[in-house]
Amino acid sequence: MASETTATSSAAIGLRRGLVLPLLLLVAWEAGSHSGLVNPQFLPPLEKVGQVAWQELANGELPYALAASLKRDLLGFALGAGFGTVVGLLLGLSRIADRIFTTWFNGLKQIALLAWIPLISLWFGFDEAAKVVFIALAAAIPVILNTVEGVRSTSTKLREVGEVFRFSPLQLVWSLYLPAATPSMLTGLHLGLIYAWLATIGAEYFMAAGPGIGGLIISGRERFEMALVMLGIVVVGLVGFVVDRSATWVEHRLVRWRTA
Amino acid sequence: MSETILETDLGPARAFAARGWREWSGNGLVSGAIMRAKAAAWLLIVPAIALPVWIIGNERGWLAEQILPRPADVLHTLNEMLASGELAQHAGISLLRVLLGFAVGAGAGLVLGAAMGLSRRVDDHVRPLFTAIAQVPALAWIPLAMLLLGIGETLKIVVIAKAAFVPVAMNTSAGIANVPRALVEVGETFRFTPLQMLRHVVLPGAVPPIFTGLRYGLTHAWIALVSVELLASSEGLGYLLVWGRQMFWLDTVLVAMLVIGVIGFVSDWLLAGVEARLQRWRTDGV
Repeated sequence: MASETTATSSAAIGLRRGLVLPLLLLVAWEAGSHSGLVNPQFLPPLEKVGQVAWQELANGELPYALAASLKRDLLGFALGAGFGTVVGLLLGLSRIADRIFTTWFNGLKQIALLAWIPLISLWFGFDEAAKVVFIALAAAIPVILNTVEGVRSTSTKLREVGEVFRFSPLQLVWSLYLPAATPSMLTGLHLGLIYAWLATIGAEYFMAAGPGIGGLIISGRERFEMALVMLGIVVVGLVGFVVDRSATWVEHRLVRWRTA
Repeated sequence: MSETILETDLGPARAFAARGWREWSGNGLVSGAIMRAKAAAWLLIVPAIALPVWIIGNERGWLAEQILPRPADVLHTLNEMLASGELAQHAGISLLRVLLGFAVGAGAGLVLGAAMGLSRRVDDHVRPLFTAIAQVPALAWIPLAMLLLGIGETLKIVVIAKAAFVPVAMNTSAGIANVPRALVEVGETFRFTPLQMLRHVVLPGAVPPIFTGLRYGLTHAWIALVSVELLASSEGLGYLLVWGRQMFWLDTVLVAMLVIGVIGFVSDWLLAGVEARLQRWRTDGV
């Protein structure tokens, strides 16, 4: 009981301490932009940002852009995750495929992701297809890596069990390797989701045709509307946060089934 | 034994790299040479199929120059850009930016991470704001930074520094905070001064995770460099990509990608080597 109260009070202290810096920052922000110490064009007052947020919400611009970004994000992720799982299983299960392709894959992986954008836009244009391809590429990389690792880490004991039962190759994959590799594969999918969101923003920056949060930010920069840029950044961060949290939640659910 | 611990401790990507390094540096000389020759033979299969398809495809016209230029053209462009010093110039500018930005970001990350790891009070104060800033990727900050800082060198350094700062601070604070309580108590029994504690207890335990943070930091810095050069630059490898794209010079685009990949590969490989050493030294020591 006593330890419980100290635990809650230390959490309260932590919370109080954590609020100090953000509050100070916000006060300085308000003071700076209202007093004219900082050009409000660079640092619009908070209420201006809130007002722009409300306006964008009310006129439907923000929901429209967000929906477009999320749609592309999920479509690209689904394609990349599917492709990545197949390739990962292949590289993990087949020694021949591993010998032929893994080093090349590791080499290609070293090319910083965004460096693919010019090539992809030359091949697929600036439309939806190019963006989705790029997002899929971003999602596939961690999925492949973690699927390979998961399959490889299947213990020899399990493999021997499979041999004793004379499992067919399909049975081996389905009832042995896949369950054993699930936690690692889930980690890969989780990372893939994070990468896909990052790639969505990147794709929208560089292939600016069509609606999207990235496009919103870029147009805010072009029109020097700082409040719009800030709003966009907050939305990008929030979506990333929600995606990450929900993926963690799903992951825990699915892996708990395994240990239970 | 230490090898298996290593494998499970590391993330998959790092285990990959660490294994590659061990295969390269370990093994007997002769058996190693044979193994490497075999591995190389397997590796040649992809180019042995892809190159003829590429060349014949270009000749027969079912692979348009605008989709994939002839391999000879790409090589020619590479040679030309190497000979004229153009490539070295762009790569040099990019490397300088990364090193500067990384130095600033990693330095700040080390200081803040150490303060957060050592002091509960600092951690409580800084963590929420830090998390909020870290949550937004460097890429998303670029337009804001462009409005505030213009498109000069400062912009590049700041964006790269932010990208390096986050993983370094995170891993440093976690590395220091996770030094086993038992070891700290041993130090207390010996009545170590704070300096002795830092030198003999905290640092040996925290160096490997800190190094991991530095490695991630450099990777992120490199990615941030490419993003910022793609968006706002008139020189550097990223600019080379944009420029090649605008002129529809695919060979230039491919050469720039190649250089970006090679630099990324070499730096990651070097750091993975150092990291494997550090990890081994730790497991050997315990």
